[in-house]
Amino acid sequence: MNDAILVLEDGRTFHGDAYGATGTTVGEAVFSTGMTGYQETLTDPSYAGQIVTMTAPHVGNTGVNGEDDESRRMWVAGFVVRDPARRPANWRATGSLGDELVAQGVVGISGIDTRALTRHLRDRGAMRAGISSELGAEELLARVTASESMTGADLAPSVSTGQPYVVPAVGEKRFTIAALDLGIKTATPRYLAELGVETHVLPATATAEQLLEHGVDGVFVSNGPGDPAAADYAVAAVRGVLEARRPLFGICFGNQILGRALGLGTYKLRFGHRGLNQPVLDRVSGTVRVTSHNHGFAVDAPLDRPTDTPFGPVEVSHVGLNDQVVEGLRLLETPAFSVQFHPEAAAGPHDANPLFGRFVDLMTAERERGSAVTPPPIVDHTTGEKA
Amino acid sequence: MPKRTDLQHVLVIGSGPIVIGQASEFDYSGTQACRVLKAEGLRVSLVNSNPATIMTDPEVADATYVEPLTPEFVERVIAKERPDALLATLGGQTALNLAIGLYENGVLEKYGVQLIGADVDAINRGEDRQKFKDIVRSIGADAPRSTVCGTVEEALATAAEVGYPVVIRPSFTMGGLGSGIATDEPMLRRMAGHGLADSPVHTVLIEESVLGWKEFELELMRDRSDNVVVICSIENIDAMGVHTGDSVTVAPAMTLTDREYQQMRDVGIAVLREVGVDTGGCNIQFAVHPETGRLVVIEMNPRVSRSSALASKATGFPIAKIAAKLAIGYTLDEITNDITGVTPASFEPSLDYVVVKIPRFAFEKFPGADPRLTTTMKSVGEVMAMGRNFTEALGKAMRSTETSAAGFWTDAAQPADAAALVEQLRTPVDGRLYTAQRALAAGATVEQVAEASGFDTWFVDQIALVNEIGEEVREAPSLTPELLRRAKRHGLSDRQVAVLRPELAGEDGVRTLRWRLGIRPVYKTVDTCAAEFAARTPYHYSSYDSETEVEPRERPAVLILGSGPNRIGQGVEFDYSCVHAVMALQDAGYEAVMVNCNPETVSTDYDTADRLYFEPLTFEDVLEVVEAERAAGPVAGVICTLGGQTPLGLAQRLKDAGVPVLGTSPEAIDAAEDRGEFSRVLSDTGLLAPKHGMATTSAEAVAIAASIGYPVLVRPSYVLGGRGMEIVYEDAMLEAYITKATDVSADHPVLVDRFLEDAVEIDVDALYDGTDLYLGGVMEHIEEAGIHSGDSACALPPITLGGEDLQAIRRATEALASRIGVRGLMNVQYALKDDVLYVLEANPRASRTVPFVSKVTAVQLAKAAARIAVGQTIAHLRTAGVLPATGDGTDLPVDGPIAVKEAVLPFHRFRTIEGQGVDTVLGPEMKSTGEVMGIDAEFGTAFAKSQAAAYGDLPTGGTVFVSLANRDKRSAVFPVKRLADLGFRVLATVGTAQVLRRNGVSCEVVGKFSQGPGNIVERILAGEIDLVVNTPFGTPGNSGPRLDGYEIRAAAVSAGIPCITTVQGMAATVQGVESLRRGDIGVRSLQDLHESLAAAQAAAGTTA
Repeated sequence: MNDAILVLEDGRTFHGDAYGATGTTVGEAVFSTGMTGYQETLTDPSYAGQIVTMTAPHVGNTGVNGEDDESRRMWVAGFVVRDPARRPANWRATGSLGDELVAQGVVGISGIDTRALTRHLRDRGAMRAGISSELGAEELLARVTASESMTGADLAPSVSTGQPYVVPAVGEKRFTIAALDLGIKTATPRYLAELGVETHVLPATATAEQLLEHGVDGVFVSNGPGDPAAADYAVAAVRGVLEARRPLFGICFGNQILGRALGLGTYKLRFGHRGLNQPVLDRVSGTVRVTSHNHGFAVDAPLDRPTDTPFGPVEVSHVGLNDQVVEGLRLLETPAFSVQFHPEAAAGPHDANPLFGRFVDLMTAERERGSAVTPPPIVDHTTGEKA
Repeated sequence: MPKRTDLQHVLVIGSGPIVIGQASEFDYSGTQACRVLKAEGLRVSLVNSNPATIMTDPEVADATYVEPLTPEFVERVIAKERPDALLATLGGQTALNLAIGLYENGVLEKYGVQLIGADVDAINRGEDRQKFKDIVRSIGADAPRSTVCGTVEEALATAAEVGYPVVIRPSFTMGGLGSGIATDEPMLRRMAGHGLADSPVHTVLIEESVLGWKEFELELMRDRSDNVVVICSIENIDAMGVHTGDSVTVAPAMTLTDREYQQMRDVGIAVLREVGVDTGGCNIQFAVHPETGRLVVIEMNPRVSRSSALASKATGFPIAKIAAKLAIGYTLDEITNDITGVTPASFEPSLDYVVVKIPRFAFEKFPGADPRLTTTMKSVGEVMAMGRNFTEALGKAMRSTETSAAGFWTDAAQPADAAALVEQLRTPVDGRLYTAQRALAAGATVEQVAEASGFDTWFVDQIALVNEIGEEVREAPSLTPELLRRAKRHGLSDRQVAVLRPELAGEDGVRTLRWRLGIRPVYKTVDTCAAEFAARTPYHYSSYDSETEVEPRERPAVLILGSGPNRIGQGVEFDYSCVHAVMALQDAGYEAVMVNCNPETVSTDYDTADRLYFEPLTFEDVLEVVEAERAAGPVAGVICTLGGQTPLGLAQRLKDAGVPVLGTSPEAIDAAEDRGEFSRVLSDTGLLAPKHGMATTSAEAVAIAASIGYPVLVRPSYVLGGRGMEIVYEDAMLEAYITKATDVSADHPVLVDRFLEDAVEIDVDALYDGTDLYLGGVMEHIEEAGIHSGDSACALPPITLGGEDLQAIRRATEALASRIGVRGLMNVQYALKDDVLYVLEANPRASRTVPFVSKVTAVQLAKAAARIAVGQTIAHLRTAGVLPATGDGTDLPVDGPIAVKEAVLPFHRFRTIEGQGVDTVLGPEMKSTGEVMGIDAEFGTAFAKSQAAAYGDLPTGGTVFVSLANRDKRSAVFPVKRLADLGFRVLATVGTAQVLRRNGVSCEVVGKFSQGPGNIVERILAGEIDLVVNTPFGTPGNSGPRLDGYEIRAAAVSAGIPCITTVQGMAATVQGVESLRRGDIGVRSLQDLHESLAAAQAAAGTTA
């Protein structure tokens, strides 16, 4: 077993064993508290540029399989675990995680006190870090301090699809949408397809005109990596969709892009929300959902009152109960809403799945409004939800 | 949604005596519930027949009724207290069944009492297996195919349809009582018969077997806004087929992908909603096919359970506490997570450690009982351990169980070949993890072991990993720091390393080396959130990792060592004393630090002590905690005398390692426990003991017996709960005993005592500070000497002892305490025969009767003991109000209340391999799992209550069967005559009938079991008998009267009727029957009784 080190930009160093590919990597050190779903996490494009620490001590127990990838490859910049499994044990496993990390060139480290690292990041905030099985601590620290910060990083185009593609509806097609791929996960079009939605996935830099081509019923803005403040192209595209009053639904990065399109600010959280156990209050229905999170940035908006925007007032529809962070927005006069968490889960609980139904209901309402004589001025966003 | 405003007064029902399947976890949950409700400003009334619990402490509820948990008594409590609501989901199946009974018989409606935290229809949907399966299918989930059957014939027909093997599950029983797996028709016929009898509604479920599938559990909570969270997932290492209470389990689940886990979660939540669990906790069990992943729902418990106690301790999320808050109207998002203090309870805990639970069994107590593990729970306790990986947690859990083996390599297992070991793994029994490791060591592959055992390959691979490290440690030319560190990181104890490296001079040598190399554990925190938020509660576990989280402190700390896993002879009573010590030390200005490994207890609630270390109670683990706390601040010392034998056994080594041992010194403990030392104590104090000797061989034992005369009592030295004690009547039996006790040696001699027949046995709990004695209470056993004190019913204050006897007892106790050097609690057992007082044994520690005495006399003995341990005097405690200003347990007023403690025995849970009941006769070896208390103004009523609480009401009429040993016939005539006068029909065996008839008692002769059809056993099983009196005699064997007695007693247990095995017990029963027939039995709260006791004491004081 090769030795490896992990060095944080403030100099704290952890000594462990090399895991996955050998070599050197730098990125933003973050931690995820999910106890399941490492395969989904590794292949989630939102983790691009990040060195992900799993707080769950045993990783790799169920190996890897051909069904659980959330995109075409692994995206993490590095992977930190305490006790990697020696063999996969699951009836769906087709290989071991260690082998897959090597095959995909993901540099990792194992055998370190991941809880100590997590506490450090919790107390001091997410920060740049490096893992290496070849460099000394000082050399690695120099690399880390020379690397780019996550603040201001525009990463979506690098993870997005190069070419448009279509995910057909399952069964009868009821709606067609365009999805702006800023780092979309496969679970999203899969859930939409089950509701009869055909999804046209377009690259991150697609314009509003491209998104609205072919008379789509709605536009979806996906999750993705990086600083929302650096994705002006996506903000412009979303503004165009709002101006066209086409139903819009955003997730995660998509929530931040919608916020910016409305003129709201975004900011970097100290250490972010990454886990599968985050309580979010749905202020429309009054219920609490346990949700899957992966965000280092958040939208800045007042919780206690709607905010005026060029597209009418927007209110905070969801709030994180751990820290009162904005977890969802909805426009009161324009058919658009977004959430900061992941209704597509993968990994994570399915509590927020009905939000896809809410998007479908929004498109249904718009379609009916379009054919109705007197358009209702306010869209009912509460549908698709249990009372 | 905020708290309901329409509730002012809630009645909580506890779970009663500790029995297999329902143990002290319900003391933990019930105590939490009562405290929460009280803190919310509600009046809390409580009914629980178990005096050994924290929840029945008078401070915990406003009105505490230690009364039988029967519908009649609970109705009396309701009539008296008139609560607005009943909370019954925190007292196990007992409380839930009672609540349903009171709902169905209209009592709740009659008194306008609302059931909260539960909905009867939902409970029925959850517990009725067919309805439940229909619900599972209605939400699109899968369940094993099955049919509910009311007759054996229906059961056979169902089995023919789904194919053998089939599972038998009686409806509405707890701990899987009566359930099992039948592989063929004769087996099904017998098991279905028992199952139909065990079920209160006389139905059983016959079901497709999912034997060998992977087993999982989810602990869920729901509030009245329909928010649902999953608190914990638990994976069983033992596959389906072994009751989850008997399985080694792991949290969180280790072998599920997110997809599979989320599917389970979705199904669990959908089931919970569809069943309609009102609010609170709920447990759902799943089976997963290991090759196809087919997920089936097995069952749900719509209440707080043993698993939820485990989940609470495993995650830091207090399920019972939150359930109580939900029941009175709060929603999850309105409740703060105690551990972080800033985040809400509406989340799902994330673990950055692994939890392993291992059950603890007591088969050695029940010779002949079938040791195979099935769907009927047989374990009597459990341990939990946490580590930063599975191997570390496993190693800690294995050494926490305090079995003779403390982890791999530490037992003297015989060599065997891989194939034979793999075959052994096919039968689930206790200790299969050891067999798995030995099979791997002998060359079996992970696949072979996994296939034979049903353990998932991941777990087997982890055992293989430990095995490889062990081999490396054994084979390495020298034990390098890296290798030792790696061994510790994977859970190897110093003791294990010492076995593998003999040149290191034992465990102490390994520790010396390890300390020199700086290889020390750190202490991590259980924080519910994998370090995402800072934790406020110092709930720690050790790990060989890099960063410790123990905070510095200023105040001096006292460590209290708990009692480890519940077992027969060491249970909740010792936890009670430890918890009281925590409270007393906090009052005295110390930081109380608790060390224990039993997840079922109040002591391991993070709310109890200032700091909690969830650690094995071994010398190594305790010493490391002491060192960690010394690094954090001043440590006044360690208390070893309150947790029973477990911590007592560590006292000398801790002292030798330089740790201050508070209270009674290890040398004094030895003076009482070592027979030779104790002889000197007796001769110095001029007290008498039954004649005795000590033997290390069979020949020596026979010689001693010849010199002191039969019968003799034989036992090993250093025992608790009478491990291996027997009364022996002749040489052959004595020789057989010595042969059976294989570990007899010069280091482990056997004690041979003269057995005093027909003596009265007396138990005393006392406090001594070096100057003064406070005698807490004198308990008179109802059974004669020879029945283990833990199994014997006893009365407090004593019913037949006179003032002179009490003064003699007081003098003897004081002399013993002074000579031994007791500083704190001491328990002495005496026998009084022909007005001569004999000392049977003295134990300088908290005894099992401390909570009973404390509750009856309203004096907190364990609290006083803890304060004596830190140097306070009895005189000071008397002025400080901890002890009464004057008087003690020898001068309890005659018009004060009288209490009877009765033992609860687990015989009905055990069967022989052939499926027969095990013998129920009592002897010097303790067999009871728990106890109840009956308390009232006079003895007969108190006794009747104790019987009702333990076994159900005594009969007030009907048929009594009497079969007596010759020696008992004379003394039994009067009580039998009294029963006949009260209208009982009397049946007797020939010899007994002769004596009764000569004395004018008309009776009918009935045939013995050995006499063929129409015999007494058949009549008992047919339900024709209401009360059995059978005093055993003859030598144990395969024929003769002894065997007849065995069959009779086993039948009585099966039929669930009282079976009295002593004349003294019979006399008490007659008094109980009389008081029941008067029909004036009322209920009184402890608070009320204590007031009247105080008044009586005051009156006695003024008139004296």
